[in-house]
Amino acid sequence: MAEQSTHAKAAEDGAGYWAANVRIIVISLIIWALVSFGFGILLRPLLSGFAVGGTDLGFWFAQQGSILVFLALIFFYAWRMNRLDREYGVEED
Amino acid sequence: MDQFTLNLLFVGASFALYIGIAVWARAGSTSEFYAAGRGVHPVTNGMATAADWMSAASFISMAGLIAFTGYDNSSFLMGWTGGYVLLALLLAPYLRKFGKFTVSEFIGDRFYSPTARMVAVICLIVASTTYVIGQMTGVGVAFGRFLEISNTAGLLIGACVVFAYAVFGGMKGVTYTQVAQYVVLIMAYTIPAVFISLQLTGTPIPALGLFSETTATGGEGSVYLLTKLDQIVTDLGFASYTEAHKDNLNMVLFTLSLMIGTAGLPHVIMRFFTVPKVSDARWSAGWALVFIALLYLTAPAVGAMARLNITNLMWPNGTGGDAVAVQTIETAPEYDWMLTWQKTGLLDWEDKNGDGLIQYYNDGSDAMAEKAAANGWEGNELTNFNRDILVLANPEIANLPGWVIGLVAAGGLAAALSTAAGLLLAISSAVSHDLLKGQLTPNMSEKAELMSARIAMAVAIGVATFLGLNPPGFAAQTVALAFGLAAASIFPALMMGIFSKRVNNVGAVAGMLSGLIFTLVYIFLHKGWLFIAGTNSFPDTVDGSLFGIQSTAIGAIGAIINFGVAYGVSMMTKDTPQEIKDLVESVRIPAGAGTAVDH
Repeated sequence: MAEQSTHAKAAEDGAGYWAANVRIIVISLIIWALVSFGFGILLRPLLSGFAVGGTDLGFWFAQQGSILVFLALIFFYAWRMNRLDREYGVEED
Repeated sequence: MDQFTLNLLFVGASFALYIGIAVWARAGSTSEFYAAGRGVHPVTNGMATAADWMSAASFISMAGLIAFTGYDNSSFLMGWTGGYVLLALLLAPYLRKFGKFTVSEFIGDRFYSPTARMVAVICLIVASTTYVIGQMTGVGVAFGRFLEISNTAGLLIGACVVFAYAVFGGMKGVTYTQVAQYVVLIMAYTIPAVFISLQLTGTPIPALGLFSETTATGGEGSVYLLTKLDQIVTDLGFASYTEAHKDNLNMVLFTLSLMIGTAGLPHVIMRFFTVPKVSDARWSAGWALVFIALLYLTAPAVGAMARLNITNLMWPNGTGGDAVAVQTIETAPEYDWMLTWQKTGLLDWEDKNGDGLIQYYNDGSDAMAEKAAANGWEGNELTNFNRDILVLANPEIANLPGWVIGLVAAGGLAAALSTAAGLLLAISSAVSHDLLKGQLTPNMSEKAELMSARIAMAVAIGVATFLGLNPPGFAAQTVALAFGLAAASIFPALMMGIFSKRVNNVGAVAGMLSGLIFTLVYIFLHKGWLFIAGTNSFPDTVDGSLFGIQSTAIGAIGAIINFGVAYGVSMMTKDTPQEIKDLVESVRIPAGAGTAVDH
């Protein structure tokens, strides 16, 4: 009995961990797409009012801004996942 | 000391450094040959990944493509960095947890099928070989310039050097030499950019200089560099630099294709097998992007500033005055670079109307036709300006000191060599480890395996050199095709292998094959069969192409087909067995990741 419930709990934790991970991934990828495909390309006309050094904000996102956001996203994810690993007790020794 | 000797000195010294390190850390066993004993710190690994990643395409070719196109080629910048987000979030930690040596081993085990593994190996070989063709184009440009010989001779000499280099190395040598290569190449890229940024804008950081005011306006007071650039290029009938001229669909698909491809190329993924822990794999991707971003944030500044400098050199009296005289080009020291590059056959000019001046303008523009007729111009007289020479010629164009030019030559060669070596290694491990040892002759000895790895390298470089003589595009464009192929074949299989328990053996094989074949055929229809010029059925332009999508952007569609077919076929066939579901469960959780094992 006891063994079975531990086993069930582990499986439940595993599922919870994975669901939390997928949620973080989805949010990160929405930001990823927004700054590159969004601000950098498709939504550029909407940002044309914001002047940046001789051009507009969309140009800046396409050539530099998106790269800076990508960097922030990866480090955020690594930090967040290491915390999540510990919350669910699935970290490496 | 003349420039040629100085270049030789810089290139020679950097090579002595790489070879010294390679000898010091020589690969011994087969496992070291492939994955460097897994003892590599995330920062070190990030730096080595960056060197591996930033090839002739990033270093030599990309800024030139941006310079002559402007905003539309931002796809390269977003695509080749955004892929790291996919890699870090969707693949790297899980593949590290799985703990085998190669990408195809994962696909073979997860889809419990030797056929799937075989198909993955074929996909890897096709994508990597295409990639090496692009590298060889860059190698030809770099060697041609620094030995001051024709592009073709440079390519042949370069091929021999790359081969010797890859055979000598092995991954362990490669990991530490690549750290050294990274240092050389990032200095070579940024130092001239800093000088040029100071000259043009007074800002020492090129990435900021791009959006600053320029002082080089010929007495018009200061305006933004990009405003000035837009003005002079449109004066000459070229498309404006900062506006969009490409349709959104192609730009989005091209960017997406490069992103997905980044996360599907074996030589980059292999790097994440070499970190000690799963959490390190997540950090490694971040560090790799830090080191890559140093170059990628500088590249758009290099492109824009070089375009401004070149245009000013061709029109020393402003776009409204007289063009540069032929005699000036032949005698004035600041035009020396044009004579040097003419020797490679990648730069040329011709005084078509015999007025003793070289008019550089867009002779395809209707607006310019009138002006040309009024001034007696008979076409653009800067007849050839190969995009791939821009970065290497950049310090000479800006009249920088000789040691900077030598440094750039060393950096360009480091970029081309490191990636070519990494790719050759990936190809050779695919053939010897996966194809021969894994499938055809499992009882092969270690010695025979190493030998077959080297033969595979020789064949790959032979093919790449042959096609590199007549490349399907500029270095970065050819490389973009390789990314499309990787995007359409490998990435979807890896991602579904981790994120779905339902996708089975039949589905994965059908998905990879349909993605690869669709993309490859589409590319061949537009670029020529086996990239042989003239055998294409459609012109490679947006309007002329089969589906209104350029061949460089088709990989994203191939990936969607791969996902769709794999899922559809899996739903119609048998569910995955329980042990595969357990395998997927275990890959998803970091706990229990031991050191990786060979089988």
